[in-house]
Amino acid sequence: MSDATIYLLWDGLQFLINGLTQGSIYALVALGYTMVYGIIRLVNFAHGEFLMLGSMGAFYAYRFGLPLPIVLLTAIAVAAFFALLTEKCVYRPVRNENRITSLMTAIGASLFFQYSGQVLFGASPKKLPDLIEEKYFNFYDVSISSSQLLIIGMTLVVMLLLYLLVHFTKIGKAMRAVSFNPKAAELSGINTQFVISFTFFIGAALAGLSGVLLSNIMTVEPLMGTMLGLKAFIAAVLGGIGHIPGAFLGGLILGIFENLVAGFYKASFRDIVSFVILIVLLMIRPQGILGKNQREKI
Amino acid sequence: MPKEVILTLQNISLHFGGIKAINDVSMQFENQKITAVIGPNGAGKTTLFNIITGNYKPQTGSLTFKNIDLNKHDCHEITKLGIARTFQNIRLFKNLSVLDNLKVAFHVGTKYGPVDILFKNSAFKHEEKIIEEEAMTLLRLIKLEHKKDLPAASLSYGEQRKLELVRTLATKPKIILLDEPAAGMNPTETKELTELIKKIKVDFNLAIILIEHDMGLVMDMSDEIYVLDYGVLIAQGKPSEIQKNPQVIQAYLGISEGINEEEHPEVISL
Amino acid sequence: MDYFLQIFNTTGIFIILALSLNVINGFCGQFSLGHAGFFAIGAYAASFLSTEIQHTYVLSPIILLLLSCLFSFFMATVLGLIVAIPALRLKGDYLAITTLGFSEIVRIAIINSESLGGSRGFVGIPRLSNSFWIYATVFLTIIVLYRLKKSKLGRAWQAISDDEIAAENMGISLFKYKLIAFLIGSSIAGVAGAHFAFLQQFIHPSNFSFMWSVIILTMAILGGLGSISGPIIGAIILTIIPEILRFFGSEISELRMVLYSLLLIFLMLKKPKGLLGDREIWELTFFKTFFQKEKKNA
Repeated sequence: MSDATIYLLWDGLQFLINGLTQGSIYALVALGYTMVYGIIRLVNFAHGEFLMLGSMGAFYAYRFGLPLPIVLLTAIAVAAFFALLTEKCVYRPVRNENRITSLMTAIGASLFFQYSGQVLFGASPKKLPDLIEEKYFNFYDVSISSSQLLIIGMTLVVMLLLYLLVHFTKIGKAMRAVSFNPKAAELSGINTQFVISFTFFIGAALAGLSGVLLSNIMTVEPLMGTMLGLKAFIAAVLGGIGHIPGAFLGGLILGIFENLVAGFYKASFRDIVSFVILIVLLMIRPQGILGKNQREKI
Repeated sequence: MPKEVILTLQNISLHFGGIKAINDVSMQFENQKITAVIGPNGAGKTTLFNIITGNYKPQTGSLTFKNIDLNKHDCHEITKLGIARTFQNIRLFKNLSVLDNLKVAFHVGTKYGPVDILFKNSAFKHEEKIIEEEAMTLLRLIKLEHKKDLPAASLSYGEQRKLELVRTLATKPKIILLDEPAAGMNPTETKELTELIKKIKVDFNLAIILIEHDMGLVMDMSDEIYVLDYGVLIAQGKPSEIQKNPQVIQAYLGISEGINEEEHPEVISL
Repeated sequence: MDYFLQIFNTTGIFIILALSLNVINGFCGQFSLGHAGFFAIGAYAASFLSTEIQHTYVLSPIILLLLSCLFSFFMATVLGLIVAIPALRLKGDYLAITTLGFSEIVRIAIINSESLGGSRGFVGIPRLSNSFWIYATVFLTIIVLYRLKKSKLGRAWQAISDDEIAAENMGISLFKYKLIAFLIGSSIAGVAGAHFAFLQQFIHPSNFSFMWSVIILTMAILGGLGSISGPIIGAIILTIIPEILRFFGSEISELRMVLYSLLLIFLMLKKPKGLLGDREIWELTFFKTFFQKEKKNA
């Protein structure tokens, strides 16, 4: 093997690790999209903004001098609060309207939070405290940082907990029922509104968590949720929207691909990767990797 | 009158996942005859219609219409070739006016092009006038001229069904497929409908294929009946033969002909 | 005076944009969120061609304008074709996201393209357009769209918008007519882009972001999708009101985007069909009674 190939392989491995980290974040955020879509067939455009709001909350909590665990909880609480508020005031009234109306309200909500955020918080980026002390572990030419390990680790833990929740608890069963057939679920005595609110809560909580996990890597600013949210949504579609394992799969694949392209080709092409993947996917397999084809009854 | 077969289905099969919706079905339909396809709910009757119109493609088998292989054509092309239909749940264009619902259906025969539209020339105006006239003629058939500018959604249920029926005629078809045209109608409306169907069969020189649960209607109108059950053809023949067929009776679980929907609501499909 | 002229011209451009989007979203009922992409291609195509030509030839400004508009029209049509072929297989949310994806790909590609000015923008565009040409285009667009709407093409679009399966069974080729709507919408937006470039003399990728697609869509929806007068009214209102807000000081002005998003949410919650619905302004009962009174007096 030539030297060049070896370097290529080591680079590839590094990009892979970076990709896994990035992908884990996408996965955590994608979960929110996929769960909400699975429950009420709505693309919650404002999801990225819940992440942003959670991070903002965390920032101010930190500024206020609160200890790190409380800062984390604040992020989750703020994100969840805005999610529930938006669900109640904006999404619930239009739930029975056509898809375009619901999508446009979601877009409106997203833009509202972005621009209000700019007015309230100012556009200058803010730094959250490092969650853990940044240490680097080196293996030949590849290095992995402690924050990267934390992110990947957290995502695995979340994955496991979510699986347990959905398959072994009563509320999880209710979630699956509502996602399968909301009317039948209602008729079986399930409080569908509660399930919907709960789903929003979990999704937003995960988004808030991701926002803080990113503290070592990203700065907090009002528009941080836009691109991230869009890519996470694409990750959800990639894996199969509405399917929880799909969000993980999609997130990881997207993260890895992005880093491979950015690393081996051009860094500025990073953002195009997600959109190209989306378009190719929708052309050859619109239901996503794990999704099932749904027929319209004629 | 000599037998004039215009549509042939040969060994048609279609399955969705594990379910065989249509299982090796062969049928023939003659011109100027009314053929009914009956069977219990879920037997595959509407699926059969969807296959004929090209909305679904069968996995095996062939459909031949006027010597054309329908498998090679898309839904809209099949309509252009001369097969039109109504729907089980009524698919009128709810936001369009009654008249526009018919005008849309004249799309198939209209020849003017984009240049004619942009310059609003005589070719355009002439054809638009013809469309308006022919649409009004169809409306007069069902006595709804006075409601021509109302939104189609505002019509009564019976009126909607009749509108959907004459809408098929606008595409200048050779065969029309009627999916439960009398569903939800009272006896008077059903009688009017029967007369209307018989009339258009002759006036427009059509073959009519009918899905119906109203057995009185079926036995009264049909020249030939096919019976489906779980996607399989279990009987075919004249109405009198079908009435006596034990397999048919069993498939319907002992429900006899001439059923009144108010007495037996389970016969009405979902 | 100059200031009012600028607003007058800008309004004209947005009227063209809203009308062109309305062909896709209103007449044909397809949910396109990527109109800014066609606007962008038109603007950059016109800028590129006109500046290239000016290096070597001297042409009369009118000829240059017409040539450039033709080129923009063509390029936007080509992009429309590229987008439509994969996108039109999809419906609702998926179609929306795909068109959004294409629009973003266009924008990012432009940022990465040095010959088009990249992230610095394209400078030195000749001022070839003016009120006359812009409003000539508006006028032409209105006539063309009105005639198309009142023909078998318009009826086919309405049918598709109302019930695709029924439309198909009436002999209407879904793909063909959706494609035609897309191409008409995109090509006209391209011409709007040319005018925009020749008016501003400087264009930048930020003029063609997703936010702008949303603004154009809001204009079309505000007035009423599906009519001709609707998008015109929407464009006028949403171009003029932000300008009026400027007079209330910079603070209120900053809130512009916040108010925009609130308007969008409010529209979707209360009047999803817009101010006029799908009726034309001359079909409103208000105007009808007015004209009837006139007749009585005569």
